[in-house]
Amino acid sequence: MSDLVDNPVSNGGHAGIPLAVSTRGLVKRFGDVLAVDGIDLDVPRGMIFAILGPNGAGKTTLMRMLATLTSPDAGSATVMGHDLLTAPQKVRASIAMTGQFASLDEDLTGRENLLLLARLWGFRGRDARARADELLAAFDLADAAHKQVKDYSGGMRRRLDIAASLVVTPGVLFLDEPTTGLDPSARQGVWRMIRGLADSGVTILLTTQYLEEADQLAARIAVINHGRKIAEGTSRELKAATGSGFLHVAIADDARIDEAAHILKQRLAGHVQRSPEGATLSVMAGTPQAANDAIAALVAAGIGLTDFSMGSPSLEEVFFALTADERKPKRDEDAA
Amino acid sequence: MTDNSPALTSGLTMVKPPPAPSALSNALVFGWRAMLKFRHVPEQLFDLVMTPIMFTLLFTFVFGGALAGSTSAYLQFFLPGILVQTVCFNAVYSGMGLSTDLGKGLFDRFRSLPIWPLAPFAGLMVGDILRHLIAATIILTIGLILGYRPEAGLLGVIAAFALLVAVGFGMGWIFIVLGLLIRTPTTVMTIGFTFLFPLVFASNIMVDPATMPGWLRVFVNVNPVSLMTDAMRGLMGTGATTGQILLALILPAVLTVALAPVTLWLYRRQ
Repeated sequence: MSDLVDNPVSNGGHAGIPLAVSTRGLVKRFGDVLAVDGIDLDVPRGMIFAILGPNGAGKTTLMRMLATLTSPDAGSATVMGHDLLTAPQKVRASIAMTGQFASLDEDLTGRENLLLLARLWGFRGRDARARADELLAAFDLADAAHKQVKDYSGGMRRRLDIAASLVVTPGVLFLDEPTTGLDPSARQGVWRMIRGLADSGVTILLTTQYLEEADQLAARIAVINHGRKIAEGTSRELKAATGSGFLHVAIADDARIDEAAHILKQRLAGHVQRSPEGATLSVMAGTPQAANDAIAALVAAGIGLTDFSMGSPSLEEVFFALTADERKPKRDEDAA
Repeated sequence: MTDNSPALTSGLTMVKPPPAPSALSNALVFGWRAMLKFRHVPEQLFDLVMTPIMFTLLFTFVFGGALAGSTSAYLQFFLPGILVQTVCFNAVYSGMGLSTDLGKGLFDRFRSLPIWPLAPFAGLMVGDILRHLIAATIILTIGLILGYRPEAGLLGVIAAFALLVAVGFGMGWIFIVLGLLIRTPTTVMTIGFTFLFPLVFASNIMVDPATMPGWLRVFVNVNPVSLMTDAMRGLMGTGATTGQILLALILPAVLTVALAPVTLWLYRRQ
């Protein structure tokens, strides 16, 4: 698994494409806590790149450093070719960031918020008004242009917040958990918007704790946990790296799930994952024959199965496998 | 307006940044934001003027006769001072507003823009100055209705208001720093008033310090709020000396020189 970290699987795939973001050994400490613990990241231009990790993994801190909001304690980074530490004002001129909490003035109307930013960027009079109106129309907010933002719904706020990041087309758009707290239909709307932006050539670096979101949107995914990058690649590569011979079994009797997990672990010598709901076990089997033997062992022990299947791991299983890997560095299944 | 509508339909054009605007232009844009706030949240003025109006009525009609022999004599003494008090207390509300803004992530947007770093604070100051002028005008109007008469006439009042703006500008830095340090708006208010109460009450705003114990009189006489009040009384009344005006301006000047860099450092530090 460590190959995946040291040598990003498809590094060759974007060699030669200029990088939008490049970090080396980025570190941020809060007191005794290493929020970001030496992250190397290369984000090619024009790509949707996802940083995937649980709460507290360091995603937001990493984004805030790249957006010049927090200064790193060690390491270096360039954003659109500008050094983060020595040329922060140039970095600011080529990025935009939409954080987890709407960066909007609740008392002002949607249009006034956009006008404020347009004028801060240096648009004057008619140009500023034209840009604000164009953004309102593009983000389907024209009807709410003259409403105060405090009367906006969550989805409208998020759209306005993203629109506010596009007053000037940024080289890189940082989106920190762009769909957290949105209902499913609003989430779909934001996804469409992100895809549309990427199609028009904006590099997008987004963080998410939703595996589905990373899988749906991103061309590449970096998985981070406890401030470290534990894997990087395309969604397919990440799944392949965990192995394709994954056995999933659904146990009929919840009470015997520990016993079943024990048998699978003995037979297959892999890390057994339990689904969040608890009734399904997943483990790396390697070959169909090994999987067959393991199922036979369960049946011989009198444990009833309601379902079983072989296949690729879900991104969720990849993530759990990777984070389990961190907890227990020595794993046997890589040999399988 | 539905949330599942497709966004970014088509025609969003790619736009390069226009030539970078000047620091002054940035500051003026933030000033414009402060003015919009008046339009959208006019009730903020209610907070600003109710306390000083209550104070004026209470002190004039309840204590005034006892303190100065007659309510009209007391009002003549008290009104320039209540204007100083109003400006000092208003600065607390400004710090609370900043603390609220910071808690909501709005300043993260400003901090990630390539603008003059102090521009958002310059904008806050513009808003503060407007608030001070509006509140002072309302209180002066009530004073005039109750019988207050500025001997120095219109020019004296204009000069006094200019001094008031300088005082408000200086005091504003204290609460900008508090607003940057403290993420709970109510805590900003508590700390602000804890600090302001002794300054405002142990001053010559309400009473002549002649009857106070000696140790307190020493403090009252050097209290910057007393110095500001002396200058205000002079400017609106029978004339202020240059010395009085300079003494009144010491604290605002010191606060500005000392706290503007602190503000910038705190703002950039996070």
